Amino acid sequence: MTAIIQASNITKVFGKSTAVDHITFDVRKGEIFGFLGPNGAGKTTTTRMLTGVIPPDFGSAAILGHDIRSEPVQAKQRFGVVPETSNAYTDLTAWQNLMLMGELYGLPRARAEQRSSELLAMVGLLEKKDQKVQAYSKGMKQRLILAMALIHEPELLFLDEPTSGLDVQSTQMMLTLLRDLNTQGTTIFLTTHNMEEANRLCHRVGIIRAGKMAAIDAPEKLKVAIDRVHTIEVSFDREVPGDALAGLEGVIGANRTGDKWQITAENRDAVIHSLASFSRQNGAAIVTLNTLAPSLDEAFLRLTQGDKP
Amino acid sequence: MNPAGFSEQVRRAWAIARKDIRIYYLKGPVLIFGVFMPLFMFLAFLMGTKQLPLSFLISGLVGMTLFFTATAVSPAIFPWEGQARTLERLASCPVAVETIVLGDMIASTLFGIGITIITVIIGLVLGLLLLDGITLLVAILLAACCFSAIGMLLAVPPTNVPSNIMMLSSLIKFPLVFISGIFIPLEQMPAWGLVLAVFSPLSYFTDLVRYSFTGDHFFPVWIDIAALAVFTIVFTVGTMYLHKRTMPKRM
Repeated sequence: MTAIIQASNITKVFGKSTAVDHITFDVRKGEIFGFLGPNGAGKTTTTRMLTGVIPPDFGSAAILGHDIRSEPVQAKQRFGVVPETSNAYTDLTAWQNLMLMGELYGLPRARAEQRSSELLAMVGLLEKKDQKVQAYSKGMKQRLILAMALIHEPELLFLDEPTSGLDVQSTQMMLTLLRDLNTQGTTIFLTTHNMEEANRLCHRVGIIRAGKMAAIDAPEKLKVAIDRVHTIEVSFDREVPGDALAGLEGVIGANRTGDKWQITAENRDAVIHSLASFSRQNGAAIVTLNTLAPSLDEAFLRLTQGDKP
Repeated sequence: MNPAGFSEQVRRAWAIARKDIRIYYLKGPVLIFGVFMPLFMFLAFLMGTKQLPLSFLISGLVGMTLFFTATAVSPAIFPWEGQARTLERLASCPVAVETIVLGDMIASTLFGIGITIITVIIGLVLGLLLLDGITLLVAILLAACCFSAIGMLLAVPPTNVPSNIMMLSSLIKFPLVFISGIFIPLEQMPAWGLVLAVFSPLSYFTDLVRYSFTGDHFFPVWIDIAALAVFTIVFTVGTMYLHKRTMPKRM
């Protein structure tokens, strides 16, 4: 799959502190990539290096095939940025902000006007387009900067904590818009603290800890990868002998909890097959079967533990 | 379209300039400051210096007006935008640092020219005779570019606290006014003062304005124009180079 972002050993040092330490990763075309990490882990610094706002001290980053240091303008022409804090001009109206963005991205005036109308309608601000941004609520400002980032129909969108501090309604609207954009082919690089958001939205997540990449994988794989021993919860339509369950191939232990059995195993796949065979051989139908994986929250905490003093 | 091409970047600089004019320049207090600040300084010297002719002092007023207006707002734009995080917005757009600086310079140049023309009109209404309008126009255009580059040079220290820059700006701008032949004719300056005046672009502009109104001049006209052109190029290249280096430190 084509890599849209290729970060290679990017490093940023502020004084004596290394904010980002030789990070290497790819973001593939068409995916939503979540970039997670505790406060001060280096998420925003990495995003700023990738978007050409600050240069890396070491390493390189290619965005849509353009090196962000040697061809910054060509790279920036093809992506949009939604920062954590709204940075629209508050002395201008929403319309004026969008038209300014249109000019900065080289759009012809007619096209900029058409896109501005479409985007303002999409984010629900068309009726307030002539109001100065200083009168906007935080949610409205956040929706406006999303519209500003999309004015030139970018192939790649960087978002830094886009739902931070928003109410439920604005958060849902933002997430729906991101899903729709991704469905239409926009690759999304998303920095977030919200594990549930990352779990529901992202195809892959990267977890950064103390400036170093701790893990990169699909959320579900990441959740199961952190535990060597897995738990499977199973219940049957009749009583089954616990010894027989504990003796199945691959099973480490079987404990009864209420009407269910909690099976611990190293290889989930093998145990599920054994349970299916056991069910057939004993004439005991499986009523429920759940794999108990840790949540992404737990995976995140496990992978980032030891950060705090 | 090549987004990094020269013409495309100039077009985007013009968009930045129009944004600056709308946000920072077309404000009542800024316009009033632009007109009144040089006027009050002029009146103070008019009352204190009886022996200098009005035509000499009005030429100085024109020089001072352009210098103060073209450097009034531009030093503070980067710190303001840094504070409001809008500079980060510009930095993530497909515009080079040089384009942002050029946009700020264009806005400051236009503001300087606009206010200075008002001052010239006031001078003409007061009965001053304009002897060489073309030279005056060339001088205003060239000096407006030069002074706006100085304004942007003052913004080079990567601070996002506007008051720090404004203090630095005053420390540099006021002494320049006193060594540039605005209140004391260059002919009457001591040798050390003349040496300092040679290094001030304001001296050449004031000399050109005086020539346009009175026919008198200290340096040959072509030297005045050449010096202003050289200062403009050096300051513009210098400010763009330095801002490119300091921009990441503002983020």
